[in-house]
Amino acid sequence: MLFDTPAKENPIDRAREVGQPRPRIDGPLKVSGTARYAYEQRDVVENMAYGYPLGAAIAKGRVRAIDTAAAEAAPGVIGVLTTLDVPRHALGPMNTAMLFGGDRVEHYHQAIAVVVAESFEEARAATALLDVDYAPEPGCFDLERVAREIVGQPFCEDDALVGDFDDAFLAAPVQLDVTYRTPDQSHSMMEPHATLAAWEGDELTVWTSNQMIAWGVRDLAAALDLPRDKVRLVSPFIGGGFGGKLFVRSDVVAASLAARKVGRPVKLALPRPLIANNTTHRPATVQRLRFGATEDGKFTAFGHESTSGNLPDGGPETATQQSQFLYAAPNRLVGERLGVLDLPEGNAMRAPGEASGMMALEAAVDEMAEKLGLDPIEFRILNDTQVVPGKDTPFSQRHLADCLRLGADRFGWGERASLPARRREGRSWIGIGVAAAYRNNLLMKSGARARLQEGGGVEIETDMTDIGTGSYTIIAQTAAEMMGVPLARVTVRLGDSRYPVSAGSGGQFGGNSSTSGVYAACVALRTRIAERLGADPETAVFEEGEVRWGNSAVSLVEAASGGEIVAEDSITFKGLGEKYRQSTFGAHFVEVAVDAATAEIRVRRMLAVCSAGRILNPVTARSQVIGAMTMGVGSALMEELAVDKTRGFFANHDLAGYEVPVHADIPRQDVIFLDETDPISSPMKAKGVGELGLCGVAAAVANAVYNATGIRVRDFPITLDKLLPHMPPF
Amino acid sequence: MPSDFETIPRETGAADGAPPRSEVSLTINGRDWSGVIDNRVTLLDLLREEIGLTGSKKGCDHGQCGACTVIVNGRRVNACLSFAVMHQGDAVTTIEGVGRPDALDPLQAAFVAHDGYQCGYCTPGQICSAKAVLEEIAAGVPSHVTRDLEAPIATTAEEIRERMSGNICRCGAYANILAAISEVAEGAR
Repeated sequence: MLFDTPAKENPIDRAREVGQPRPRIDGPLKVSGTARYAYEQRDVVENMAYGYPLGAAIAKGRVRAIDTAAAEAAPGVIGVLTTLDVPRHALGPMNTAMLFGGDRVEHYHQAIAVVVAESFEEARAATALLDVDYAPEPGCFDLERVAREIVGQPFCEDDALVGDFDDAFLAAPVQLDVTYRTPDQSHSMMEPHATLAAWEGDELTVWTSNQMIAWGVRDLAAALDLPRDKVRLVSPFIGGGFGGKLFVRSDVVAASLAARKVGRPVKLALPRPLIANNTTHRPATVQRLRFGATEDGKFTAFGHESTSGNLPDGGPETATQQSQFLYAAPNRLVGERLGVLDLPEGNAMRAPGEASGMMALEAAVDEMAEKLGLDPIEFRILNDTQVVPGKDTPFSQRHLADCLRLGADRFGWGERASLPARRREGRSWIGIGVAAAYRNNLLMKSGARARLQEGGGVEIETDMTDIGTGSYTIIAQTAAEMMGVPLARVTVRLGDSRYPVSAGSGGQFGGNSSTSGVYAACVALRTRIAERLGADPETAVFEEGEVRWGNSAVSLVEAASGGEIVAEDSITFKGLGEKYRQSTFGAHFVEVAVDAATAEIRVRRMLAVCSAGRILNPVTARSQVIGAMTMGVGSALMEELAVDKTRGFFANHDLAGYEVPVHADIPRQDVIFLDETDPISSPMKAKGVGELGLCGVAAAVANAVYNATGIRVRDFPITLDKLLPHMPPF
Repeated sequence: MPSDFETIPRETGAADGAPPRSEVSLTINGRDWSGVIDNRVTLLDLLREEIGLTGSKKGCDHGQCGACTVIVNGRRVNACLSFAVMHQGDAVTTIEGVGRPDALDPLQAAFVAHDGYQCGYCTPGQICSAKAVLEEIAAGVPSHVTRDLEAPIATTAEEIRERMSGNICRCGAYANILAAISEVAEGAR
């Protein structure tokens, strides 16, 4: 199905299932511990052995030799595979660093060996006996140094330059010129990357934890130099990803190679302390924001430059992405610079670009509002735009101002003291902050297979994944709506490369795209069923378990009595993405209390107002948003991978050192979804929401901290040490 | 913890150079289990790898995340921080012993009703922890936020948040987990 014109009325608009607050259909499996994640696949193979990886202890250089004798002689050891045993392999288009193979070490904790043994304990113990001879080389691990070196160099892309920024900025009566810093961050999903790899002849099956099944097959086949049809990838349950499992990682390649070497299935999980440096992270940024405005608060010059670093051939953190779209200004300088760092690979983490970009932008906008003496909400609305600045492309929908106004009303924005450090309760300074939320709405081709089973049940197969987002449930709701059956009559099978290729989970495109693919498959199935019954597919109505047309009605059970009916289709998006800018909008509100003596920051309440098209399931969508708000609190107040600039690695590489929010950090959270549909986006008229919930949260916290204390911290995260020297008198 | 030396497991004669193994007997979800295991096997890996009860999760293997929380003799522990051979004679309850998909415990049902999870990986640990938390409060065990050590402890949001803070949920379902636990706590009153 080609989607190239805005959606008309369709069966989804009945909204009997889609849009209803259904509990997750996979919920009972998850709460009873019976959902099987990658490392827990026990019955699928026999004679499985345990693998344990070794990470490089240098950040850059060469492995000269690895003495494996002691490890090979250790109890229970079946075999040892080192990076010197296999050549460098082909990398997928999204990977930067080598996963397993060759003598080059490109980053700390790069996987350089795997020991296979009869037990986990034996494999782990023997790994410690490997004796590695390194030839280290100096590297660059300091983003500040890189940023100084490449300041003023051309941007990676220059398509967001409009008018004459320099002249307009100089001429502006009100100016702001500030630099913000965001740190390296770790996905820190709860389930470590894990793979069980099994060969049957030249065919490989991996049970792994991966967000993008088809990309995984493509990249694993390339890495092992296999035809794609010899690789099967299975990921029915995924213990969190946040972008860290978008691409094949070392666990998949190492387990596959090791299994081939020892001639037995091998399962391997990345030990938690390896994950921060072995896998990917959100790169740190240095962001300079320069705003020029008229006295009455209209932007005349808008400058947002971001610098990040990555391994050679890696990409920039696209932290200025939203700055092309969020506020009007006739003169614009927006772009990113990229330097070379020898730290682990920087890559996508939840809302790549916008998450760190909005941290800086929306705090700087707050600073500008104060400079102008304007209310931060009114200032944002004053500079709102209904077209892409400088391009005049309309947004499919844009309700940013509505989100801000509704949120202000619901949150009690009027309680906010317009001057900082004015509101005191007991020993706490109280502050309220706001930020706009913005994230682009991406669309991906997505396919599915729909089956009317004998007995009248409906089964959906697609390689879509559910990383906690609720894919199982919204896909079942979509199929139930389209086929006119109760939710309980729908079976959903996900995460297997034997099923049709889907959008996968990432970039907040998964929910809308994958259900659109299911919509297309169900349209095809409806046609097949109607044809079998001799009905007109265009006018036949599927409801209450029946197909109805004219004066006829046939139950689906009867329709399938002659054998199951199967149809497959996919949705392809074309054209509307160029005619319209598709984005999601929102507003985040945060109240904090800052202890007047200790500067301890407690978030007291939070509100998100989201404008994201049809909400397919308000239960799971709300969970996506509160989860993102929680991650935003982490970004604002605690999350930072600490760089050891001498040895070139992230020093706090586990869940004790890399702090993420816990129960006690998270207060009451409210979420409001604007009641809307966006027919330009898809037949589902939905958009993404899982990343929107994160974009702007950290700035709202920062703005609340400023409102409470009068202290503007431009170096995230906002920790106590950065407030203490500047706290207002007790 | 075993209190008398008779409950200390017997180390079996290991072959030269082979890692020591011990015989251990314990009760898991009401069923007796005994076997000879490598002394280095954690309670978590005994459950997951030897016995096949994979409901208890390995998130960090270092006692940092709480995904492996199980209940031993009525108290919650991080199963990854405890060697299996230390549990001679103990009674262990895992998520599989709390309830089944077709016969959920009220707390499990409340997690489903309030969407107290997303990816589900921390969920068994959250639920085992929450079961123990409610019992700790009922038994008058104070926490960092308990103000009056002599009065009965109220099951407030603050108490639940504090006591659950050893169970990380990176998906950020905390507000929903709190709602689920609070509902069960209220029902129990």
